[in-house]
This record gives sequence, C-alpha cells and structure tokens, in this order.
Amino acid sequence: MFRRIVFAAVLGGLIAGGIATAVQAVRAVPLILQAEMFEEAAGKATLQDQAAAHDHDEDAWAPADGWERTGSTLLFNLLAGVGFGLLIAAGLALRGQGGWKAGLVWGVCGYLSFVVAPALGLPPELPGAEVAPLAPRQIWWAATAAATAGGLALILVRRGAIGIVLGLALLALPHLLGAPQPAEHGGIAPAALVREFIVVVLVTGLVFWLALGASTGAIYRRLSAA
Amino acid sequence: MPTGQIVAAPSVALKVEASRWPAFAAAFLGLFLIFGVGFAGPSAIHNAAHDARHIHVFPCH
Repeated sequence: MFRRIVFAAVLGGLIAGGIATAVQAVRAVPLILQAEMFEEAAGKATLQDQAAAHDHDEDAWAPADGWERTGSTLLFNLLAGVGFGLLIAAGLALRGQGGWKAGLVWGVCGYLSFVVAPALGLPPELPGAEVAPLAPRQIWWAATAAATAGGLALILVRRGAIGIVLGLALLALPHLLGAPQPAEHGGIAPAALVREFIVVVLVTGLVFWLALGASTGAIYRRLSAA
Repeated sequence: MPTGQIVAAPSVALKVEASRWPAFAAAFLGLFLIFGVGFAGPSAIHNAAHDARHIHVFPCH
C-alpha cells in the first residue's frame, strides 16, 4: 500500500506541480518580479541580495533570474505537489477511497486547509510587504492548516451534531485567536499589485489543488485496481 | 482443509492492523516535504524555494 500511495502522490504531484508552475510563470511570478523592482527602487534587498540578509552569509546561493529561478520554482512546486499529494493519497487509503471525484473532494479540503484558511489571517505577501516576525507567523500558519484539516475531518468524517459543532469550532479557532500582524500594514508594492497578487495566488492555488486531488485520486484508483 | 480457516483468521486481522501504518508513514513523509519547502531555514534552499513559497502562501521573509 505504501508504494501505491507514494506512486500516486509522485505522479499527481508532478502533474499538479507542473501545471501550477506554468500558470504561475505567466500570472504570479511577473507580479513578484514587479514587486522586487519596487523593492529595489526603494533601496531594499531583492532575492539575490537577501541571501546575505537572511542568513548573514554573503556566499549563500540564490537562483539567478530567468531559467535558474523558474527551474528552482518548478522543482519546489513539484516537491510541494508530491508532499501534499502524499497527504491526499494517504487520506484516500485510510478512507478506502479512490478515483478523481473522491480526489477532488480531498483537493478542495486541502485548498481550504492550506491556502484559504491561512490566507484569511496572513494574506499572500509580495516581497517588500510589512509583516510580523517570521516564526510566530509560521506557527500560526501550520496550526491553522492543522485546525482547518481537523475541523473539516470532524464535519465530513465524524459527522453528526457533535462532529459539526466541534468541527466548526475548530475551523473558527485560529481566526478568533488571530494571526500575528505587523505593527503597521502596508509595504513597498502598490495596493493594486498586492490585490492582484492575492487573487492570482488564490486562483492558481485552486488550480493546483484541484489538479492534485483529481490526478492523485485517479492514479491511486488505477494502481489499486491493477 | 479444516485448518485453512483457522490460519486465515489471524492473517486477515494482521493485514487490517498493518494496513494503516503505510498510510501514516506516507502522510508523515508528505509533511516532511511540505515543511521542507515551506519552512526551509536560511540557506540556499530557502532562496531557491522563494517564489514557490510566496505562491503557496507560506509565510516568507
């Protein structure tokens, strides 16, 4: 079963990561590059310079703009696709499910857990945005994804009045606690660019998750039938 | 064979019990990959994953 799960996740992750990279290269990355131009104009470090800022190591490698940077993004999109695909395939296996329709349901739940819920508190950032310290935001991000996934599981799997009430409570909890916010909102990039980036990220995220769920589900079923 | 059923029973039970662990192991591997991409520490990996992280709404910077 482990091999079936991994195989479905790898193939699904490659498909979804590839599609997402293509869509992002056209829609999302130009916005990031534009934001970096504003950063540069404002005298702030861009990705290449940030190698130093991030780890105080001037020699740290950063991908050069162009194919190197696109290739890096593709690689990490594929890795993220396989990672999220493993969660979906494991869920399908545990629930005894398969097929693209079941996979789509898992994909939508993944999108809600890993994109929509975290984005409600921590909207997609362009480089140069004013943000709270990184560590608390990472903790809130992971906790929110986990709480949302758990809440959806209670509602969809546990069901019943108790499941729904507890599930809704779990969905709401991270947002009642609130995400770590910067002292001052704003950033270097113009508001219109920031808004466009948020829309693009939410749409490309949906494409990624639907492709991931459907392909992982379909491949997992085929492997199970074979 | 009359003993066939007796032998079959525990093996079925074992299969059910064992069948959850591969899924948990796969999910754990998935989380490892996700956190590797999204929470990569300050290094070349962090820089390489930069755009992917922004796009997947991971906190960055």
